[in-house]
Amino acid sequence: MDNPAPTRLSETMSPDTDILIAGGGLTGPALALALADGGLSVTLIDARPANTRTKPAFDGRAYALALASRRLLTATGVWPVVADTSQPILGIRITDGRANSGPGRHSLCFDHAEIEEGPMGHMLEDRFLYRAYLKAMQDHPGITHLPGRAVCSQRVAGAGVSVRLDNRQTLSGAVLIGCDGRHSGVAERAGIGRTGWGYGQTSLVCAIEHELPHRGVAHQHFMPAGPLAILPLPGNRVSIVWSERDRAARDIQALDDGGYLDVLRPRFGDFLGNISVSGQRFTYPLGLSLANSFIAERVALAGDAAHGVHPLAGQGLNLGLRDAGALAEVLICARRRGEDIGAGQVLARYQRWRRWDTATMAVATDGLNRLFSNDNGALRLARGLGLSAVNGLPRLRRAFIREAAGLTGDLPALMQGRQI
Amino acid sequence: MQATDTETGGTTDAEEVAKFEAMAAEWWNPNGKFRPLHMLNPCRLDYITGQIAMEFDRDLSDRAPFAGLRLLDIGCGGGLLSEPMARLGAEVTGADAAPGNIRVARLHAGQSGLKIDYRCATAEALAEAGERFDVVLNMEVVEHVARPPDYIAACAGVLRPGGLMITSTINRNAKSFALAIVGAEVVLRWLPKGTHDWRRFITPDELYGMIRAAGLEPVDRKGFVFRPLAWGWALSERDLSVNYVTASVKPG
Repeated sequence: MDNPAPTRLSETMSPDTDILIAGGGLTGPALALALADGGLSVTLIDARPANTRTKPAFDGRAYALALASRRLLTATGVWPVVADTSQPILGIRITDGRANSGPGRHSLCFDHAEIEEGPMGHMLEDRFLYRAYLKAMQDHPGITHLPGRAVCSQRVAGAGVSVRLDNRQTLSGAVLIGCDGRHSGVAERAGIGRTGWGYGQTSLVCAIEHELPHRGVAHQHFMPAGPLAILPLPGNRVSIVWSERDRAARDIQALDDGGYLDVLRPRFGDFLGNISVSGQRFTYPLGLSLANSFIAERVALAGDAAHGVHPLAGQGLNLGLRDAGALAEVLICARRRGEDIGAGQVLARYQRWRRWDTATMAVATDGLNRLFSNDNGALRLARGLGLSAVNGLPRLRRAFIREAAGLTGDLPALMQGRQI
Repeated sequence: MQATDTETGGTTDAEEVAKFEAMAAEWWNPNGKFRPLHMLNPCRLDYITGQIAMEFDRDLSDRAPFAGLRLLDIGCGGGLLSEPMARLGAEVTGADAAPGNIRVARLHAGQSGLKIDYRCATAEALAEAGERFDVVLNMEVVEHVARPPDYIAACAGVLRPGGLMITSTINRNAKSFALAIVGAEVVLRWLPKGTHDWRRFITPDELYGMIRAAGLEPVDRKGFVFRPLAWGWALSERDLSVNYVTASVKPG
C-alpha cells in the first residue's frame, strides 16, 4: 500500500474463485481437494484433455507413496478408492553393485515391522491414482475442473490475480498456484528464475513381469552409471527406475524389448526368476531444478514447479504432496482468521515452511547420487562399510525408515492424520 | 492535521493522536514501522475469531461465519483487524480518533473490495449517539488513552446485552519494560521510540477491575508470547507478563 492510487471498479469486484490452480498432474488435484475440503472454491486448469491417462490398460507408470502422503490422500478421500489397487512396501533392501557382478556383499535392509506406523509406503499405478483424482474432483462441489485448457497469460490486479485461457476466457481469483511442472509457465510469467543442473543421466522407467513373488520388498541397487530401483507392484510385477548415462540410456531405449531385457538382466539379477516388459517404456532426463522463490505477488508454486529433484529416493510425488498439505493448511487457516489469502505475508508462511525442506531433500539426493554413481575403489569400500554400519545400528535404521516413510520434519496436519 | 480532545470529544490524548497520524501511511506496509503488529496479527485474529465463534456459536469453516454480527473495531488504525472481520461476514464499524488513519483505512478497504463503515470518532461519541454492537474489539488501545477506566466504560456502553468485548494491552512490570520499551523500541527498533509510555501500561488485575466496574464479566484471558526460534507470536494460557488479551461479556 505504498501507492494508494484509486482503484478501478472491475478490480474490486469479487473474484470468480478463491484459488486458481494451473496444472492437473500429481500435485494440483491433491491440492485442489485439500483446499476445497477446507471451504475454499478452486478452479483447476488442466492442459490435458480429461480422457487421457484414464485408459484402463496399465501404461507402465507407478509411484512410491510414502506413509505420510497416504494420510493426505486418505484425508482427501482418494486413498479408499485406490487402496485395493496398491502394493504395500514391506521392506527396502539397498545394495551397492556393479553391472556384471550382481549386487555387492554389503547391503542395508529395512523392514516395516521396525516402525509402529505400518508399511513405510505403497506403490500406486498412475492410471488408478489419476482416475481417482478425476472422480474426486468431479464429485466435489467446491472444485471446477477445466480439462484441455491452458493458461496463456496472468496478471496481478488490485486484490486479485487473473488468467487468460487459450479459449480467451478470463478467470480471476485471490491466488494463482502453479502446479505445472518443472517448466512451469506460472513461474516464468511471474518472473521467478530457476537454479539447477542436469546430471548427464536419464532414467529408464517401465514395469517388469516376473516369475517369483517379490514379497513386497523394494530394492535399490547403486550402480556406477546410476541407481536401479525395483519397486513391487500388485501381482508378480515390479516397477523399475533405471538410471544410466544419457547416451547409454538413449541406446538402451532404442532397443526392442528383448534387447532391453538383455541389458537389464545383469543389473537386475535373477532373484525374481524370468522377467519380461509389461506396458510402455518411458525415459526421463534427470536433473535438479529449484525455483529461486516458491512465491511471487499472489502466486505460489507447488510440486515440480517449485522443485524438480533427482527421483532416486522416489520423493518427487511425496514432496509435491507435502507442498499441497502445507499450502492448503496455510491458506485455509488464513481464510478462517479473515486474512487476505493472497497477501504476501500469508504466502510467505508457505515458503518458510517448505523451501528449506525441499532444498535439503534436493541436496541430499544430489549428494547420494554423486556418492554412489561412480566406480572409484575407495568410495566403493566406504559405501559398503557405510551400508553395513547403518545396518548394524537399529536406532539409525529406524530413523532412515521414518525418513523414507515421510514421517520426519514439520508435517502438515493432513499428513499427521489430523483435519485442518 | 491536529486532532484535539475538543474536536473528537473524548478521552484520547492529543499528543498521542498526532503521533499516530504521522505513521498512518505506514499501516499496510508489512515490513514498515507496523511490522510488529503485522507479525502479531495472525495470533490476535486466532484469539478474536475463536472467542467470537465460541460466544455466538459460529463455525469458522463456514463461508461467512460472522454474518449478522455488528462489530466495532475501536482504535482501528489502518484497518488491520476491521478487514479480516468484514471478510468473515461481520457488519464492521471501524473507529479511530486520528483522521489520517481513517483515510488510510477507507482507501485500503476500497482496494480490498470490502465494505466497512470507517468513522473518525471515539468510543464516547459512539455511545452518546446510541450505537450498539454485538462485538467490540478494543486491541492495543487502552494503554494509549488518557483515562482508561472512562474509556473502558464507554466501550462497555456501546455493547448490547449478551455482547462480547475483546481487550488487549501490555502488562506493567520489569519484564514488560525490558521487552516492550528497551527491547522493541531501542534494541530491535521494531517500534519508533516513544510509541509506548511504560507508565500507561496496565496489569491484568487493574484491567479486570476496570472491566467489572464497567458492568462486564471477564470470561477469559491469555498471553501473547513472542517465540524467538519460530520468530512469531503464539497464545499462552499462563504467560501474561508482557502482551495479553482478555474477553468479557455484558450480562443480559
